[in-house]
Amino acid sequence: MQITTAILRLLIFPGLFFAVPAAWFFLYVERKTIARMQQRIGPPLLQPFYDFVKLLGKESPKYHHIQDLLLKLWPALSVAVLLAALALIPVFPSKGGFSGDLILLITLLELPSIFYMLAGFTSRSVYGKVGSMREASLSLSSNLLFLTAVMMIAVSAHTFRLSELAVPAASAARWLGVAAIVLCIPAKLRLNPFSTSSAEQEIYSGPLTEYSGSDLALWELAHGLEWLALSGFVVSLSFPRTGFILADAGIFAFLCIALVVVLATVAAATARLTIDRSVRFYWRWSVALAVVFLASAVLFRR
Amino acid sequence: MKLLENLLNHCRTKSPWLFHMNSGSCNGCDIELVASIAPRYDVEQLGIHLEGSPRHADILCITGPVTYNTLNAVKTVYGQVPHPKAVVALGSCAASCNAFAGSPTVVGPLHRHIPVDVYVPGCPPRPDAIIEGIAKAAELLGRTERKPLTDDDLKDLEPCAGLCEAERAEGDAPCK
Repeated sequence: MQITTAILRLLIFPGLFFAVPAAWFFLYVERKTIARMQQRIGPPLLQPFYDFVKLLGKESPKYHHIQDLLLKLWPALSVAVLLAALALIPVFPSKGGFSGDLILLITLLELPSIFYMLAGFTSRSVYGKVGSMREASLSLSSNLLFLTAVMMIAVSAHTFRLSELAVPAASAARWLGVAAIVLCIPAKLRLNPFSTSSAEQEIYSGPLTEYSGSDLALWELAHGLEWLALSGFVVSLSFPRTGFILADAGIFAFLCIALVVVLATVAAATARLTIDRSVRFYWRWSVALAVVFLASAVLFRR
Repeated sequence: MKLLENLLNHCRTKSPWLFHMNSGSCNGCDIELVASIAPRYDVEQLGIHLEGSPRHADILCITGPVTYNTLNAVKTVYGQVPHPKAVVALGSCAASCNAFAGSPTVVGPLHRHIPVDVYVPGCPPRPDAIIEGIAKAAELLGRTERKPLTDDDLKDLEPCAGLCEAERAEGDAPCK
């Protein structure tokens, strides 16, 4: 791939200029869905944009040397890593893309959660540390299921290359894997019922308690980009391609938004589980499903 | 530059995040504040959002007459809210100490210790009044002339706990 195309992909589509407004729109859809579930009207369309610009204009507290540097580094790295993940998502496999594979994409999707944990420990706030520990244990338990599902999809398709994985292969293994990944998304996005790491009634804002100003704005943006990247990942693995770019893009966008609506509805309809219950939920599902997954990966081999 | 500044100010009025603090209130105002951010009044339409950390907040909502024990906490939390910020004094207690005026453990009202922007009187105020007060504070946030307060500005406001003790020794009610 030529360098100009690569830069265009990073900056224009699906990079910065496309991804940032799309992330705001996804945050809006999440908040609006929760509002409608509570029979409210909800925020205006531009609300995530207002929040972002307002936070950019607020002052940030100063910390000492390395702590200050690290606290600024984590949100910036999260946004950068998620933009790179978005550039990898195979929406139009026939048109080429970055020649990354599934392992790279999974790594990029996992890093923001690690930065989020590190932010809590770096801030040295007691609430931040508790939030980070909760995030760590939840991430460990949900990733078992997530990675088994991804492994099964890759093994049943005999490839780790994203462009080949995205070509429709409506096998039972694929659908089972996609369902398991969807089950992990609430934990990865810290949504109800798995929102223990940012439970504001118990530990203020968890790892982000000490953040303010532009760094907090970047965390908000990173959350929107996480929505975009994870829903895009799931949809790109599962939707059937028509071959026409516009139709494909339309179907892709529609399915992504539908996934956000479904997950936000679940978040609005459920209460927060305690950390031991959420961990138990994932371990129980993981053990049962891991056996099914590995068996079906062998059975449904192409 | 002018355009960017106008945009920033507009966004500030559109996205006021609250931090709620109780400075020795009887809980009446706290219940009303919680009622006003519940789904029935839908303050998210105005962009209002209750935050868990004072570092995220724009508007500090303080209830209660400021007791001796909470005074330092009130000042600390006021300092933790990043600029630009506004303070809403919720209820009659925060405005005038109300029924607690003259109590030896009350060092209020609030404006003696931190600058207050909006008063919402009432015992307790209705949710409609609280939302109106917050909306007015949000308008104040969008004004360009607001500058961070310096230590000199705060000096006049701060008859510290020691001074109140002196007043009490003279037999004066700390709250006039």
